[in-house]
Order: sequence, then C-alpha cells, then structure tokens
Amino acid sequence: MPTATQAERTTILRHTLLVRVTHWITFLAFIALLVTGIEILISHPRFYWGEVGNVNTHPIFTFHIPSSRDTVPTGYGYVLPDQNGWSRYLHFEAAWVLVLTGLVYVGWSVFSGHLRRNLFPSREERSLGAYARRIGQYLRRTGSTGDELHRYNVLQRSSYMVVIFVLFPLIIWTGLAMSPSFTSTFPLTSSLLGGRQSARTLHLFVTIALVLFLVVHVTMVALSGFRARMRAMITGKAELPAEVASKELP
Amino acid sequence: MNAISRRKLLYTGAAAITGAAGLAAAARLVRRYGLIPPDHGGLYGPGETLTYACQRILTAHRPVHEFPRSMISKQPFMNEIGKLPDAFKDSQALNFSDWRLTVDGLVDHPLALSVSDLRALGTRSQITEVACEEGWSYIAEWIGTPLPAVLKEAGLKPEARFLAYFSVQPEWWDSLDLADARHPQTFLAWGMNDGDLPVGFGGPLRMRVPRQLGYKSVKFITRITATDSMKQYGKGLGSASPEGGYAWYAGI
Repeated sequence: MPTATQAERTTILRHTLLVRVTHWITFLAFIALLVTGIEILISHPRFYWGEVGNVNTHPIFTFHIPSSRDTVPTGYGYVLPDQNGWSRYLHFEAAWVLVLTGLVYVGWSVFSGHLRRNLFPSREERSLGAYARRIGQYLRRTGSTGDELHRYNVLQRSSYMVVIFVLFPLIIWTGLAMSPSFTSTFPLTSSLLGGRQSARTLHLFVTIALVLFLVVHVTMVALSGFRARMRAMITGKAELPAEVASKELP
Repeated sequence: MNAISRRKLLYTGAAAITGAAGLAAAARLVRRYGLIPPDHGGLYGPGETLTYACQRILTAHRPVHEFPRSMISKQPFMNEIGKLPDAFKDSQALNFSDWRLTVDGLVDHPLALSVSDLRALGTRSQITEVACEEGWSYIAEWIGTPLPAVLKEAGLKPEARFLAYFSVQPEWWDSLDLADARHPQTFLAWGMNDGDLPVGFGGPLRMRVPRQLGYKSVKFITRITATDSMKQYGKGLGSASPEGGYAWYAGI
C-alpha cells in the first residue's frame, strides 16, 4: 500500500548483522563489567600510585563511600555486604565475552573493509579544519544533512576508533597488569605502567573514559532520533530521503 | 552447482576440518596439562575455565618478580584473622614447639614435620608482593621451606594431581594444582622480614603462593594431602572459596 512518504523515502541497510550482534553483546558485557567493577571497587575504595598500596599507605585519592570491608576506614559506621565473589567471577567471564567479540568484530572490520570505509576518517576529512568545522556544526546544532545521513562524520569516526583501538586495549592491559600469574610471565605489563597499584588506578581512569563515551554516545543517539537509531541497530534498517540513498552507500 | 555454492562448500568443509582438529588438539592439551578447574560448573564455569587454561598454558613455570630489599613495605597490612581455636592458644603458649604439619595422601612417605624439621628440609627467602582480591597490596620478605622440597621428601605419587591444605581454622582450606605445588616460589612460610612469622600474618606456618591472590596463601597450616581429585573435599569445588562464592583459581 504505497503512501506519500514511501514515494520520497527509501529503506536502506544501515548496520550489517555482524555489527548489530557484536554491538549488543559488547553493550551487555560492558554493563556487566561496569557493575561488577563497581562492586569490587567498593571493597577498597582507595587508589594509590606505584607498586604497593594499602590502608597503611597514603592514597592519591579516595571515594568517600561506605565499603564492603570493615578493615577500610571510611568514616561510615556500617559495612556493605560483600559482593566480590560473584562480581569477580562475572567480571572475568564478561571480559572474555568482550575480548572474543572484539576480536571477531575487529577481524571482520579489517577484512570486509568496514574499518577503512566506515571508521577510518576519509581522505578529505584528515585535517584539523575538518574537525573544527564538524565541532562548529555540533555547536550550532545544525544536524546531519546529505551524506552524513548514512555515513559517520569525522568526529564519530574518531571517537569510535579511539574506543576500539585505544580505550579497549588499555582497559585489557591495565586489567591484566593486576593478575599476579599473568605478570609473572609478562612483567612489563605491570612495570611499564608504574606498578600494580598504578595499573589499578589507570584501570579506573580508562573505565571513566569509557563511561563518558557511553553517556555521550547515548545522548547523541537520543538527540538524533532515539527510536530510529535503536531500530537501525536492532533491525539494521533505516529510512532515508530517496535522493540521498541513491548515492553510494556504506 | 554454481561457483559460489562450490566455494561455500569448500570453505564449510575446511572450517569443519579445522574445527574438529582444533577440538582434538584442545582435548589433548586439557588431558596433558589438566586445564579444567574444580569449580568449572555453573554460570561462571566457561569464563573460569578459559582464564585458568590460558594462564596455565602461558605461565606454567614462570617465577613472579622479586623486589629489592628497599621496597619491603614499612607497615605491611595485617588483615583480619577469624577466631582461633583454643588448641591454637595452647600451642602458642608452648611457642608452637608442638606444631606439626602432617603430609599424607598420595605420597610414598607420610610425614609429620615440626617447624624446625621444615627448616632442616631447606630454607629460602623471597621478597614478593601480596595482592588481595580487594585491591590492596604490600611487599614483604617471606622465609620458608619451598613446598617442592617437602613434596620431594614425602615422595609424591605419579597419580597425584592436587595438593589440598588445611588450616586450624576449619573454614579455611584450599588446594593447588601441581604447577603451583611444584613451583619453586610456593613456600611453607614460617618467617617474615628477618623474624618469625607473626600470628597476625599466619604464624607459625602459612602457605605462600605468590602467583595467586592473597586468599590462596592460607594461614595456620597443619596438614597437606596429595590427591588425584578434589571431589571428595567439601562440595567438590576445590576449596572453601567457591563455597563462599569466590573462584578456586586466584591467578587473576
């Protein structure tokens, strides 16, 4: 039953099945890692720099929250229930899910050309001017037009690249640098970061960077049309004005 | 049959053969190195097994980093110790002269060793870091008898696969696989920082497993037993930790 809008708009495949599946698996694994990571943090909400740190040494900063251990001086008169057992089990299981999903995604992205076509900033956008122009566009809130309706702009590409190739590798590295068994074989994973406690503190900083990305990402999805974007990442389909869709698609 | 479906068939066949060969190789590795932890069941079993198997393959016999004397923590953190039984206090009154470590199970010569017997079997020291699963850590010098020296004296039978160890505190018991039981830095520690091991740190005798987190280094050890399976101990999950929700393997 053709309608007026269907005459002007056409449906395209915005996200391939592999992108959609790995996106949502990564989302679930990340939420599991975040929740369990916070639970583990609560058992010792103090952060240090260097190799060692405990309640007898000076922290570089402390979260002023109650702890799940009565050995930590928090100033609160009560102790939260210990959740570290299942949190640690789930943290490492979710980490495996994330790492294996990430390997499939990155491998596919390299071989299918997804990385080169859709994530790497295109040739004409590899300049500070291109970044400045796109930031200006965001500040003026002009919204996406033309090609940008079906391709990522330079800021989107850059932030996805940073998440995939900087933040995720860093969160894995800083995590492994806390494993006494892993660092016995690869001591540089810990010493290059300044020691075990530095690795733990950096693990927190990278987590904060990833959470910031998540907040901005979801905000931008909401601003650009939450229903349409969610539909695109679930079903893969998006609607575009016909004259845009007739051009080359990703 | 067109070209695309023939290629698909070839790829599928190649993938199936690779998969089958991979599974067979994995099964052989698992048998050879014992890559399945006792707490491999349940929701978290797959992740736990992957972690344990990968770390065992990567780290089988590596030593942990030993620090210079200058890095020994001035004030090592003394963690809480649970209630100690009356028998412990009686032994403490005797300066632990009656403390015995029983070595039994799958060994040729069961032993009952005092701390001075252990000293005679071999004395080593290491300056290594204790890291707790909660996140804190400290460095201390640990003085003790390497567990492999005790196992050599007792004569470990070839069918032994785990070494279970027990504390005077009945809620604390654990086990090691042979990679850690035979590791030169796994100590029965009776000294710390040039002195006797204080009770607050597990004295007179504790296990010291520097390649795993602190909770594997059980305090107040009285018995170690060699076994081919952890099934008959507790709920069969390898140690008291999984019964309290914590992983048996604490290398990460």
